[in-house]
Amino acid sequence: MENFLASLFTFQGFAFYLFSFLTVILFWITVMSNNVLYAMTSLASGMVLISGFFFILGADFLGVVQLIVYVGAVMALYSFAMMFFDATREIKEKNTNGAVVFVLGGLSALMLVLMFAAPIHSESIQALYPMHEGVGNAQDVGIVLFTKYLIPFEVAAVMLLVAMIAGIILAGKKMDQSLTEMMDEDAGEDEILKQKDEK
Amino acid sequence: MIGLSHYLIVSALLFSIGLIGVLRRRNLLMLFFATEVMLNAVNIAFAAISHFYNDLTGQMFAFFVIAIAASEVAVGLGILIVLYKKHGSLDLDDLATMKG
Repeated sequence: MENFLASLFTFQGFAFYLFSFLTVILFWITVMSNNVLYAMTSLASGMVLISGFFFILGADFLGVVQLIVYVGAVMALYSFAMMFFDATREIKEKNTNGAVVFVLGGLSALMLVLMFAAPIHSESIQALYPMHEGVGNAQDVGIVLFTKYLIPFEVAAVMLLVAMIAGIILAGKKMDQSLTEMMDEDAGEDEILKQKDEK
Repeated sequence: MIGLSHYLIVSALLFSIGLIGVLRRRNLLMLFFATEVMLNAVNIAFAAISHFYNDLTGQMFAFFVIAIAASEVAVGLGILIVLYKKHGSLDLDDLATMKG
């Protein structure tokens, strides 16, 4: 307890406890809320706070990438996609036996943590690409990324290109037709099918 | 002082929140949100290990996780839009066509 209080009054400790408290609450809202807009807003603000973790940890470049890619690009993509769905409607989900899901989720997460933590002897880990003193994080990251991780970097670039083309092709189909009109047509088809079934 | 285990505990907490979401959600869009939570939790663990072992490899992995998450979202949302146009809903129970 004293240890906790002492760490709370350092800058790093205070920031850590504040960020972790807020991210846990925000992501809990994301997972539990029945409203898409609430879930998306809390997810976006949780991601901003996670970039705060990265800045505390000295991974400046990673924090900036988190802000640009996640908060800027991914959440913007989600909000564009939400224009296609009815976002104001409350989501009705049939949840059968929530307690079982809680117990299963907690247990499997614990099992995963144990599985990955058990074989690691922390003394035997040594830095493969150590950080350099007096060199900025972005420069350090750049040197390692463009020498040791060049091929994965290029593959990731090609993968992003493929994802972009796939997104355009999938979402761009029948973009000139109105969704609500199509839904009316679908409803009409459903009624015809029902009549057939009754016959 | 804040150590590695503090970060790993927060990361495990966030990961289990995401896992509970994946198990509990029936709406596909909300399922995507839960997977994003899990990916972010893993990124925290990578960055923390990278910091405390003074090694850049963790940050590299976090970058690739972010790149994969971005492309996953692009393709996944395209598929969701096509599904919504076809079925008019994103509920997993409605989309189950192979009921036995």
